[in-house]
Amino acid sequence: MKLSGGEILVQFLHDEGVEYLFGYPGGAVLHIYDAIYKQDKVKHILVRHEQGATHAADGYARATGKPGVVLVTSGPGATNAVTGIATAYMDSIPMVVITGQVATQYIGSDAFQEVDAVGITRPCVKHNFLVKRVEDLAITLKKAFYVATTGRPGPVVVDVPKDVTAPNVKIDYEYPGSVTMRSYNPVEKGHPKQIRQAADIILSAKQPMIYTGGGVLLSDAAEELIEFTHCLGYPITSTLMGLGAYPATDPQFLGMLGMHGTYEANMAMHECDVLIAIGARFDDRVTGDTEKFCPQAKIIHIDIDPSSISKNVKVHVPIVGNVKTVLTDINAVLKEKNSKPDKEALDKWWQQIKVWQKEDCLQYDRKSKLIKPQFVLEKLYEVTKGDAYITSDVGQHQMFAAQFYKFDKPRRWINSGGLGTMGFGLPAAMGVQLAFPGAPVACITGEASIQMCIQELSTCMQYMLPIKVVNLNNRYMGMVRQWQELMYESRYSHSYMDALPDFVKLAEAYGHVGVQITDPKDVEPALKEAFTKYKDRLVFLDFITDQSENVYPMIKTGQGHHEMYLASQRGRGLA
Amino acid sequence: MRHIISILLENEAGALSRVAGLFSARGYNIESLTVAPTEDGTLSRITLVTRGPDEIIEQITKQLNKLIDVVKLVDLTEGDHIEREMMMIKTRVTGEGRDEVKRLTEIFRGRIIDVTDTTYTVELTGSASKLDAFIKALNVPILETVRSGVAGIARGEKSLHV
Repeated sequence: MKLSGGEILVQFLHDEGVEYLFGYPGGAVLHIYDAIYKQDKVKHILVRHEQGATHAADGYARATGKPGVVLVTSGPGATNAVTGIATAYMDSIPMVVITGQVATQYIGSDAFQEVDAVGITRPCVKHNFLVKRVEDLAITLKKAFYVATTGRPGPVVVDVPKDVTAPNVKIDYEYPGSVTMRSYNPVEKGHPKQIRQAADIILSAKQPMIYTGGGVLLSDAAEELIEFTHCLGYPITSTLMGLGAYPATDPQFLGMLGMHGTYEANMAMHECDVLIAIGARFDDRVTGDTEKFCPQAKIIHIDIDPSSISKNVKVHVPIVGNVKTVLTDINAVLKEKNSKPDKEALDKWWQQIKVWQKEDCLQYDRKSKLIKPQFVLEKLYEVTKGDAYITSDVGQHQMFAAQFYKFDKPRRWINSGGLGTMGFGLPAAMGVQLAFPGAPVACITGEASIQMCIQELSTCMQYMLPIKVVNLNNRYMGMVRQWQELMYESRYSHSYMDALPDFVKLAEAYGHVGVQITDPKDVEPALKEAFTKYKDRLVFLDFITDQSENVYPMIKTGQGHHEMYLASQRGRGLA
Repeated sequence: MRHIISILLENEAGALSRVAGLFSARGYNIESLTVAPTEDGTLSRITLVTRGPDEIIEQITKQLNKLIDVVKLVDLTEGDHIEREMMMIKTRVTGEGRDEVKRLTEIFRGRIIDVTDTTYTVELTGSASKLDAFIKALNVPILETVRSGVAGIARGEKSLHV
């Protein structure tokens, strides 16, 4: 089959099984867009800003496990995509981003819409490529998908100069079914000796703790994790990124850990004698001060990326491998062994944990006349029966969602954990909704975050995406305000969102349904209506919430897991 | 501790900047870095000298290994190895200084490779510390110092190849 570069690119995507291409046209990619026009196999989703394209592809990838694919033009197209690429990189999300480039003979001449896309994206991609010859296009794309989706996943950029996709040069095309790279061989299986050693330590624990992260979701190891945890009867916590891998309603689950984690999860971390870290990377928001981190614990760490091991916290038994494969092997070893966990010690440990749980650390004022953000999340959880796909922006609303929406299934909680990108939620929800057209999808956001990618409301209209935007509108950048209250003596420097738009009218202007809710008693009916009467419409729910609410518990910078501030301590020497 | 890391790298455009970028992005220091092709046209070799505590060096080697363009690497300082660096140094020499520089060059087993009425240019090969010692011993004005950076190789049977 003789095809031009542009046709090869589109045909390749089809052969690779790509369903959706999120993009925005421009000069350097016009040949590719012409090839897209002439086919109907790969569906192109036209966003309103390239950042939206990357987040949408990212949301699609997080919800499905398949790589998200993006097509943007050179120059500003590429630079606008960078935030979304970095977001995916920090959370290890498989994504292939194709950036147009000026024709090869103009590279380096400061041509119109030229930037060094490979140079700019280098620090925030797993790998990137510049394709200089049309003969290299298909194999390079294959390498890009291979690198993006294997090992520790991540975004890969393929920079394609305009002449490489020119319609007048046609070459033979055959889909490269597989590719090998001598310099890239990700480890799959964990070392058997390490696994046996880990199993011994796990069984010897008196006060064990399982700490899991996004790696469990990325390797689709939820089932293996549940088997592992149930078989041992140990308490388990999760990072923000790992929520949903283990059912939140299971009694062994202690809630999220870290800066805004639960009292019981953080205290159990502090007091544990064996810590089993699975697909988590000891992020600073999780560990607090590493000097005070799990002071008595022997640490076992399962991770596919050797560079994650002993990076922030020294571990005793590292196991490098795919979480799914390693857990399968550990489960097998545990079954073979005759010894069981020390039941007496474990009972004592659970009694201690129950004492911590009595603290009821997520309490808030349920009688408030103002809408509490926590209340909205609780109601959303009830109305959707815990079965919705929830995307989130970044800030207080994100933490409230993580605390109050109990995720029982993997890949339902879609948020920007590592980079903390405001503006992520709405476009990510588009990717999720496209992947699962009939499923309930809600975007939890705030009046500050939503405005960072609000233009995508237009994309939602074009493709009839019935997302429910849950805007927790406290007229503040809530998390910034919280830090300013607690650490800057309530000097609210530029955290006030002034001159806000009328979100109801704004939603309507884009052709959607807008509702403002100011009274707690209207919260549940409004949510119900959004998911029933307006099931097929995008509904923008503007909840006017209590401006003074803070996220608790909270571990401040430089403190340990046992040094949390609780809601009950507010105003008592907290600053 | 000083470490010499020897890296086999895909001979691709931009591969070197991935290595250099990694060091700046993660705040590791590079004392010297040399790059040149190998007998295999598809591979380049980088020899990189860095300093840091063991945990940092471990991170450096892991992060380098993570780069897709890095085929293999070895920390030469973990075993017996030979290191060499080449230096060309141009000195201002007149009168008695000329004899002294010549003697010093002989003692250090260097060669004078360029001569004018007022200058000597000396070529010297050896370990980095030997070159440092030569510079220290010179008591004539130095006009220019050009050092290649360290190249190294393991002793005996051990070798880094694909």
